[in-house]
Amino acid sequence: MKFLGYRRSDGKVGIRNHVLIFPTIVCASEVARMISNEVPGTVYAIHGCGCGHVGEDKEQVIRTMVGFTGHPNVAGVLLVGLGCEVITPEIIAGELAKSGQRVETVSVQKAGGTTKCVEEGRRLAGKLLAEAAGAKRESIDVSELILGLECGGSDALSGLTANPALGIASDLLIAQGGSAIFSETTEMLGTEQVLGKRAANAEVKKRIYEIIAAADTKAKSMGVDIRGSQPGPGNIAGGLTSIEEKSLGCIRKGGSTTIMDVIKYAEQPAKKGLIIMDGTALDVMNDTGLIASGAQVIVFTTGRGTPVGTPTAPVIKVSSNSITYNNMKDNMDINAGVIVDGQGTLRSVGEQIFNEIIEVASGKLTKAEILGHREFDIHSLGPVL
Amino acid sequence: MQEKAILIDKKDNVATALCQLVKGDSIPVAVEDRSVGVVLLQDISFGHKFALTDIPQGDAIIKYGEVIGLATKPIRQGEHVHIHNVESQKGRGDKR
Repeated sequence: MKFLGYRRSDGKVGIRNHVLIFPTIVCASEVARMISNEVPGTVYAIHGCGCGHVGEDKEQVIRTMVGFTGHPNVAGVLLVGLGCEVITPEIIAGELAKSGQRVETVSVQKAGGTTKCVEEGRRLAGKLLAEAAGAKRESIDVSELILGLECGGSDALSGLTANPALGIASDLLIAQGGSAIFSETTEMLGTEQVLGKRAANAEVKKRIYEIIAAADTKAKSMGVDIRGSQPGPGNIAGGLTSIEEKSLGCIRKGGSTTIMDVIKYAEQPAKKGLIIMDGTALDVMNDTGLIASGAQVIVFTTGRGTPVGTPTAPVIKVSSNSITYNNMKDNMDINAGVIVDGQGTLRSVGEQIFNEIIEVASGKLTKAEILGHREFDIHSLGPVL
Repeated sequence: MQEKAILIDKKDNVATALCQLVKGDSIPVAVEDRSVGVVLLQDISFGHKFALTDIPQGDAIIKYGEVIGLATKPIRQGEHVHIHNVESQKGRGDKR
């Protein structure tokens, strides 16, 4: 099966053609936003990182910024710095040069303040936009798609309708040679025995047990019962009793195929097929990690209803129940609630999700894109020093 | 299908309500090829669970065929199963 995408100079495939205005440091956030606001057609992504990082934390933030700004959904990027930060535009631009990503940089201190920096940024962003306009969609095989799997605001129906239907869509994509990444390690607590059985080999199985044990240790290190955060108040109101129950529903997004590898947050997988990313439970940070790992499109299931999108990758929203679908229709792309209403089956909704992925990959806008949802955050490991 | 409640795995000892259920209702739950009637002892909200059998204190609550927690008190057939009578075994930093 084919879709219409953008082939980039490094051979990777994008499904959007964004010009991204990206601060490498929180202190340049507002300047980046001002530049983007003055150049319609660009997108921006602001966050709280860029300084105070050392060691593994610094590596993770840099890996995330490089993966996100060098992503094939991004035609060109303007990096905005302050001038005295740990992670400068030059560091990220140096990494991006390796893949041939089109990049420009600007810095507030060097430009001589906000006004001058916005002026310079506006000129550079306009140039990037003009260049991006030349990109054309071409026919590309679905085996080049990487699907990010996410859930948020889960209820007891998420694990019965939306997540297993998404699992079917994920299986369909992988059967055609594509890849899918699922994550949210906290929401794998209590499922290691289920996931371990699906590992491609002993090493992958060991890594699955390791990342889940590490998430449990981290949760315990706070010295309290994590109930109240996992599951959260909305989850509990929706009928989810324990993290184990939430997790067992959560992992059904991953379908039934062999787990080929376990990667770090924002790491690009070397294998194809189903991949686990060791990520956080917070959806917006996790979306960023999935995109930085190479996902071009995200399918996001929700029980309680959440509106979030991302700056650069389309997010397809699937509601687990008809009440939420009808209540938040302007946010929802697909209603998996039809499965319990007797108007659909897991299979039919799974196929509907798969077909929607192909259409969205070819350019159809999702509800989150239409509404302008561009939530963004980076999962920093800390501590901030 | 429009069932009132769903049993996910045959090993499960709880079912999930697919609509608002009312105390005293007898809810048919499909267990393999037969239907078991469970009389509800309480109202059960959409998405919430009720016990299919009596579950002694300390016994596992099973959903998706896997353990989702332990009963913190005896639970009777038809009773609401949730955070007031089940505790998680994971992320328990309070139990070191």
